[in-house]
Amino acid sequence: MYGFEIERPTSVADAVAALGADEAQALGGGQTLIPTLKQRLAMPSKLVALSGIAELRYVRREGDVLKIGGGTTHGTVAREAAGNFPGLAALAAKIGDPAVRNRGTIGGSLANNDPSACYPAAALACGATIVTNSREIAADDYFQGMFTTALEEGEIVTEVRFPIPEKAAYTKFEQPASRFALVGVFVAKYADGVRVAVTGASNDGVFRWSAAEEALSGSFSADAVAGLAAPDGSDMISDLHGSGAYRAHLVGVMTKRAVVAAG
Amino acid sequence: MTEVTMTVNGKSVSRAVRGNELLVEFLREQLRLTGTHVGCDTSQCGACNVHVNGEVVKACTMFAAEAQGAEVTTIEGMANADGSLSTIQQAFQDHHGLQCGFCTPGMVMSAAALLKDNPKPSEAEVRHHLQGNICRCTGYHNIVKAIMAASGQDVGAIAAE
Repeated sequence: MYGFEIERPTSVADAVAALGADEAQALGGGQTLIPTLKQRLAMPSKLVALSGIAELRYVRREGDVLKIGGGTTHGTVAREAAGNFPGLAALAAKIGDPAVRNRGTIGGSLANNDPSACYPAAALACGATIVTNSREIAADDYFQGMFTTALEEGEIVTEVRFPIPEKAAYTKFEQPASRFALVGVFVAKYADGVRVAVTGASNDGVFRWSAAEEALSGSFSADAVAGLAAPDGSDMISDLHGSGAYRAHLVGVMTKRAVVAAG
Repeated sequence: MTEVTMTVNGKSVSRAVRGNELLVEFLREQLRLTGTHVGCDTSQCGACNVHVNGEVVKACTMFAAEAQGAEVTTIEGMANADGSLSTIQQAFQDHHGLQCGFCTPGMVMSAAALLKDNPKPSEAEVRHHLQGNICRCTGYHNIVKAIMAASGQDVGAIAAE
């Protein structure tokens, strides 16, 4: 690692102020950023650790919306969202491994927007609102490609608001070494229709599979998806774990499994 | 340098740390608690697992400065007050839950975290919980057996492989 200073503010306001420094970077749970720093792929002058900010850690229901503080760990979401939104809790319970889940945060995951991360699929499928220290961003506007989001420099994800679906499930075909998604599909059924978001597959990061959304909004069943052509795999991620065509095939398979799991 | 104060194995410690000083470097190099191992240094293997405020974390993927005010427990803090092995440690010995022993501190810390939340886990739950702990002797079978035994369950049915 290159050398840098570290600050650990205890409020969002202090963190925003600290991030005003030149080349300062926010540190969520660090489960991606710290390995990145070790590889010298980033050279911040200062890290602003968000782990000391108690006001960013909560899971609470308000009406039909589940609100999760940006600094809430995957392990906490797995435990505390289970009653109100079991599909999201199950997603959180399968990120990484227990030690990773005790550090990694929902805000960090969404800010990083890894193309194979799990949370972006949930946020996009639910039409979540990503709340920052300065504004609210709809999930449809937030994800802007691999490792790219609508966040400005120094902006912190303070809360994620999930409209609670009638039915939902996430199914992940794991890359077994990293436990990231080779393909992961989140299906969310609402009164006004079904949304389907896919992670792990596209070079552009998480995306909505509109053909499946249309079919499932008509009939919420695995059969409704069975007749669909797989999305175009020609621009999907191709690597030693699977070709683009293989990932495209998995999108259909995992969508069907998610519909069955959602019940 | 930043001054940090934390409680490690029940004792309060204060030291100056570099901004990029990992918790595992702090434990091993400043406090000389070398029971916590560095296997991969890339968050894969779990040999550096310790407890921070009661939760298992990878000490190679957390900065020492982030442990300000925390309660940290390492493998050195796991034995009973009289120095005898804890139930989990004794079970690892009784069931030959280690070969070279390098991964063992992390395995014991993970096991302790699991049994705190889930005192009678199934074999599948134990294996799922150990996803982030790698044993390159591939001695998982007896590790699982030791954890099941430490939870007070009959391990006679778990056949040797």
